[in-house]
Amino acid sequence: MSESFKFNDENLATAKQIIARYPQGRQHSAVLPLLDLAQRQNDGHASDAVVDAIAAMIDMPRIRVMEVATFYTMFHRKPVGKFHLQCCTTTPCWLRGSSEVVDAIRKHTGIDFGETTKDGMFSMIEVECLGGCVNAPIVQINDDFYEDLDAASMVKILKALQAGETPEPGPQIDRQTSAPAGGATTLKNIALAKG
Amino acid sequence: MPKVKINGQEVEVEAGLTVLQACEQIGVEIPRFCYHERLSIAGNCRMCLVEVKPGPPKPAASCALPVGEGMEIFTDTPMVKRARNGVMEFLLINHPLDCPICDQGGECDLQDQAMAYGYDGSRYAENKRAVKEKYMGPLVKTIMTRCIHCTRCIRFASEVAGVDAIGMLNRGEHAEITSLEQAIQSELSGNVIDLCPVGALTSKPYAFAARSWELSKTESIDVMDAVGCNIRVDARGNEVMRVLPRLNEDVNEEWISDKSRFACDGLLRQRLDRPYVRNAQGKLEEASWGDALRAVAAKITAAGPAKVAALAGDLCDVESMYALRGLMAAIGSPHLDCRQDGAALDPSVRASYLFNTTIAGIEAADACLLIGTNPRWEAPLVNARLRKRWLRGGFPVGVVGPRHDLTYDCDYLGAGPETLEQLSTGRHAFVETLKKAEKPMLILGMGALARRDGAAVLSAAREIAAQAGMVDSGNGDGWNGFNVLHTAAARVGGLDIGFVPGKGGKGTAEILEGAEKGEIAVVYLLGADEIDAARLKKAFVVYQGHHGDAGAHAADVILPGAAYTEKSGLYVNTEGRVQLGARAVFPPGDAREDWAILRALSGELGKPLPYDTQDALRDKLRRELPGFLAIDTVEPSPSGASWGAFGKAGPLGGEAFRSPIANFYMTDPISRSSVTMAKCADELANSGKATGTDG
Repeated sequence: MSESFKFNDENLATAKQIIARYPQGRQHSAVLPLLDLAQRQNDGHASDAVVDAIAAMIDMPRIRVMEVATFYTMFHRKPVGKFHLQCCTTTPCWLRGSSEVVDAIRKHTGIDFGETTKDGMFSMIEVECLGGCVNAPIVQINDDFYEDLDAASMVKILKALQAGETPEPGPQIDRQTSAPAGGATTLKNIALAKG
Repeated sequence: MPKVKINGQEVEVEAGLTVLQACEQIGVEIPRFCYHERLSIAGNCRMCLVEVKPGPPKPAASCALPVGEGMEIFTDTPMVKRARNGVMEFLLINHPLDCPICDQGGECDLQDQAMAYGYDGSRYAENKRAVKEKYMGPLVKTIMTRCIHCTRCIRFASEVAGVDAIGMLNRGEHAEITSLEQAIQSELSGNVIDLCPVGALTSKPYAFAARSWELSKTESIDVMDAVGCNIRVDARGNEVMRVLPRLNEDVNEEWISDKSRFACDGLLRQRLDRPYVRNAQGKLEEASWGDALRAVAAKITAAGPAKVAALAGDLCDVESMYALRGLMAAIGSPHLDCRQDGAALDPSVRASYLFNTTIAGIEAADACLLIGTNPRWEAPLVNARLRKRWLRGGFPVGVVGPRHDLTYDCDYLGAGPETLEQLSTGRHAFVETLKKAEKPMLILGMGALARRDGAAVLSAAREIAAQAGMVDSGNGDGWNGFNVLHTAAARVGGLDIGFVPGKGGKGTAEILEGAEKGEIAVVYLLGADEIDAARLKKAFVVYQGHHGDAGAHAADVILPGAAYTEKSGLYVNTEGRVQLGARAVFPPGDAREDWAILRALSGELGKPLPYDTQDALRDKLRRELPGFLAIDTVEPSPSGASWGAFGKAGPLGGEAFRSPIANFYMTDPISRSSVTMAKCADELANSGKATGTDG
């Protein structure tokens, strides 16, 4: 293995803090947060080197760390793009037009599920329900949910990301979180509500 | 003690048992794959489903369900039958039906249980998943498509063998068992083959070699170390195809080491299959038995009793050593020894050279001191027992001698005699640990005894045992925590029958020295290969044995004998347990059973030994030493004051203790001839070496 991994100073301090959370002799419990921290530092890739570094750090057999890293889908054992698009295509999202959203991504970036753009900017996978059906369709980009998407808003987001901007996560239509689109429809009269 | 009803039968069972165990106790069979009585409970195969009342109206996994008072358990209801059918159908969704080409075929749990509990067909027409084969080293072959993910191998490796080497990657449909493409760094890795309930992990050396039903199976005793593991030798025709463990709770439980299991291919190579005599040109030449025996007899007669010496090797059965001892007595020579390595063992006090605690007794100990031994290599099954005890907690282990990864935590006290001296004079802190323990034990290895100051080490060890109250702590429990761990299967037997120098006789070192000086003219090597044979150049060397190893190279006459699978023989293990090995195949070519060769030679010498059959020999042996009547029992070791004085107090050398085994996979003529062991040595000889993390 040519590649190697080492925490940077800031993350090393965080890692030590994480390990210290657990009682003496239970340092193995830190494996999940440490893998997450390392994956973030390593451009979203929990590589073999990352696994080895964590194993050494908490003195855990390599295979045990590998088991954890491969069990959870949020650890990426293959490199992903700078922006990892997780498109929900489960029934509610699909009914609300996830196919158009996915097509828009395909068209804009030229990649399909499981692929990464040549410039390493985007990667896309298909996921099962992300648990935000009320705001369907949804695409999770890195840590953020982008909701109530359609082809146009999706492309807008991708363009913004390419331009180095951070588009506002959440609903992409006129809507506050999962409240009704276009504003409140009930409880408009506060006085009435107070009785 | 909860009372439960199993299929209507009321029984009272121990609290804490699982439903599966309770059923087993009254003879109700429950199918299972992941459950194994020596491993932790996983509960993931779901084959052991039963119906339990009270409880939810669905089947419950009996392996993970503790019995409760008043529980009603059913194993023969329609619900259970349907559940088993369903689980079996699920297990077979992805299992290839390649039984005709699978080595597990005929002895496969999945095959058997599918016959007993499964449907006759499947409703799943989809393609089966295929999984890439994994590399697990030179011993374990993998066909991972067959794996049903019972995780027995994972649990065995991390619990019994003590190496976190195998694991399950990914999950669900994509789960795969792997050792990350590395050989399993354990001396017990072969046991995962037996544990695997399907044909996913099979024996690599035995791959496609035979079918289980065409093998003749012989129950015997292993000689690769001094543990005396109980084995089953499977042979086809006159060829040993494989060696499997046999259950003996007191010795090896149901495991054996990789050397015991896989060295058997060495039985086919480098064999001595006819007598040889060195001719006038100095070349070994084939000879008839008559010529060879006459040549030996002539030399012995010419040399005279004082110039004849005999050495017994590490793999000898008791009968052949007894016959050779008898022959030496008939000749009148006192020069004989069974301690090839020159270990300072005292044959006069039996408790001084035995593993008195017994192997099963380790589980009762509560502190241990290892002196000059690496049990992981010298006796993997003893090490497994130590680990088993350690896992239960409250078992401090101190090490004096080589530092190895023993698979359990040890306090590394020191490298050699100075630490031993500190311990024996009570100046070391670990003495307090031993004193505090109720049943402390120590294990003295050959690395501490087979050296010039061996007798002094033995004496110091006895002193430590006495000081720490290791021998009968005064409460009359008969505890004896003084243990010698042998490495040679023949050693205790040899000492028991007195295969040691007689009055004025020479021991191993003196015999070798005598041969160099010309004081010894004829040396009779009974399978003795672990000596510096070059020192015997001046003497006339007779080698009786089964492999063309060091001894045979130095020989002037070679008498081909039988290996352990080719003769019935008694062996005494390091605990002093007499065990009877059986013949699985015949010796190759003109080779003969060893006692018979010696009987023939005695006739040639005109001093016939008083037995013509092996039974008669055993009869005589048992009349002389009644201990050999009791097979597979260990006489309780004497304790308290009666266990005798031994060793010789004296100055200890400065040199650190070293394990006598440099390479676990090559310790005797059989394993040195084995191709499989050679592969292991190449790839694995580093396992168990010092890691620096276990101090």
